[in-house]
Amino acid sequence: MTAAFRKHALALVTLLALASAPFLGFGDGFALGLLARAMILGMAAVSLSLLVGGAGLVSLGHAATMGIGAYTVVAFDAAGISEGLIVFPAAIAAAAAYSLVTGAVSLRTSGVHFIMITLAFGQMAFFTTSSFSSLGGDDGYTLYARTEWLGTHLMDSRLTFHFLCLGLLALMWVGGNLLLGSRFGRVLRAARENPQRALAVGFQPYPYRLVAYVMAGAVGGLAGALLANATEFVSPALLSWTRSGELLFMVILGGVGQLGGAILGALAIVLLEESLSHLLVYWRLVFGPLLVLSVLFLPDGLIGAPLRLRAAVRFATPKRRNADA
Amino acid sequence: MSMLLVQALNGLQFGVLLFLVAAGLSLVFGVMDLINLAHGVQYMLGAYVAATLGVWTGNFWLGALLALPVALLVGLALEWLVFRHLYRRDHLSQVLATFGVILTVDEATRALWGSAPQTVLEPTGLAGGPLGGVEIVAGLIYPTYRLVIIGIGIVVPLLLWFLVERTRAGMLVRAGATHPAMVSALGVDIRRLFTVVFAFGAMLAGFAGALASPIFPVAPGMGDTVLILCFVVIVIGGVGSIRGAFIAALLVGLLDSVGRAMLPDLLRLLLDPSSARQTGAALASMLVYIVMAAILFFRPAGLFPGGRAA
Repeated sequence: MTAAFRKHALALVTLLALASAPFLGFGDGFALGLLARAMILGMAAVSLSLLVGGAGLVSLGHAATMGIGAYTVVAFDAAGISEGLIVFPAAIAAAAAYSLVTGAVSLRTSGVHFIMITLAFGQMAFFTTSSFSSLGGDDGYTLYARTEWLGTHLMDSRLTFHFLCLGLLALMWVGGNLLLGSRFGRVLRAARENPQRALAVGFQPYPYRLVAYVMAGAVGGLAGALLANATEFVSPALLSWTRSGELLFMVILGGVGQLGGAILGALAIVLLEESLSHLLVYWRLVFGPLLVLSVLFLPDGLIGAPLRLRAAVRFATPKRRNADA
Repeated sequence: MSMLLVQALNGLQFGVLLFLVAAGLSLVFGVMDLINLAHGVQYMLGAYVAATLGVWTGNFWLGALLALPVALLVGLALEWLVFRHLYRRDHLSQVLATFGVILTVDEATRALWGSAPQTVLEPTGLAGGPLGGVEIVAGLIYPTYRLVIIGIGIVVPLLLWFLVERTRAGMLVRAGATHPAMVSALGVDIRRLFTVVFAFGAMLAGFAGALASPIFPVAPGMGDTVLILCFVVIVIGGVGSIRGAFIAALLVGLLDSVGRAMLPDLLRLLLDPSSARQTGAALASMLVYIVMAAILFFRPAGLFPGGRAA
């Protein structure tokens, strides 16, 4: 129990901090908008982390599922429909359907080829959305109003939206952890560690991977639908491959081994981008090297940093004793 | 018909440029098992340096020539600073660290040169004058400079093939790609071999950028689009295979150019003009990726599997 608690302590603290943020001076519209964006990207990153860490599937096209979710909201908005009970399930279903089709093809390959083919599908989705001239084409589409729920403007309140995002993020995190711990998750991990052995034991990895891929896509679609509501603007840039790269970065920066890492990674990236871009004009000159350094020096990611620090201290302590003696 | 010929030549020329970038990427990937997303920045830097030095010296060709050593030096510096520490890491770390390098170099370019496209001198001294061309078939004039690129793009792969297949250095590179530990045990400094291959690839990409600078807009981020297409080329051609990269590069170049020109017209047979133009443009952008997905579906290791297929 304590071991499990310690393993998840950092993620729990982060979620608690997010819950108390609106009452600790981060309750203005700007801060709430920023945190909402971080939590939504965190959801997408958690679902990607399920693929990368759980199943060993590095997708460089995950932003496409977010984009499809967002564009579903936009398409319904253009048709004059903004009822959440229609829009949200549709967004999730559309992203899941896309993942089913592309996953069925992509999962035939592995390793670098899987990275590239998911990228190829992501690019196809990107070019498709930029050809929707009725939805703004390359220029994007400004949402007329946020999604309603049974006619109420529930999501218009920034505080309500904050806690909705937080609740969903926590749900994804808990659900993802339960999934990884289940028999299904163990088969996924076994197929990642040693596909031959998994086959020999009698598990065909393909259907398990496909189900995981579709689930991650569905979550990506949900995140996209939320993101469209958070920013009230959607453009093809949401589906660009750099977006997918950024999502991967959140997963890695946070730490691949644990789903909570993705939450930390998403928060760190969004907050860092925001604060650096306020301080400097050419802020990526600092941001880029920071990313490189984090890869070089934090192999377990942010979530592994405390352990690494403790190990370093432990390693340093006996030395000092020797010096004293 | 002559329209198709022009597009085919444009496609050939684009394909040849893609090959120059993809060759280095494929070598680095095949020999060192390193996914270098930042290879595209070498292409961009080549274009920027060629443009700037061309204007500064007053001669485009001099600028393009001077871009070669600069690209080489930048490649060496990046290898020493970043990539050297990534050889033993997993692909994931490599993708991310090199992604960070892209952000940094793109931003540095924006800081140094600004966001607007650069002015580039016309390549002078070619038949038909700076803006002219040669008549390739009756009534069809094609720019000489583009023909020069196609020519260079045929000579360089031949040289590269000779270097890799027929020289001692090439033999070491090939051996290093498949059995690095064995080559190292035989007394070859594999680290230095890696560095040389890396710098050479960086120089080729810079050269491609310099050649492309009079044709494509020289602007920040120009390397990223090319990079993605180069990965498509490598994956279609088969990782680590120079021959595969060459054929795939021509295929991608032709598909892209001809598709862009022909698809809207073809779709006009089925759809009304405005929606034909729209879907045609979207389909043309996607065409390369559709073909890639199809090829990988039937041949997961690419057309010419060789080297170290990961």
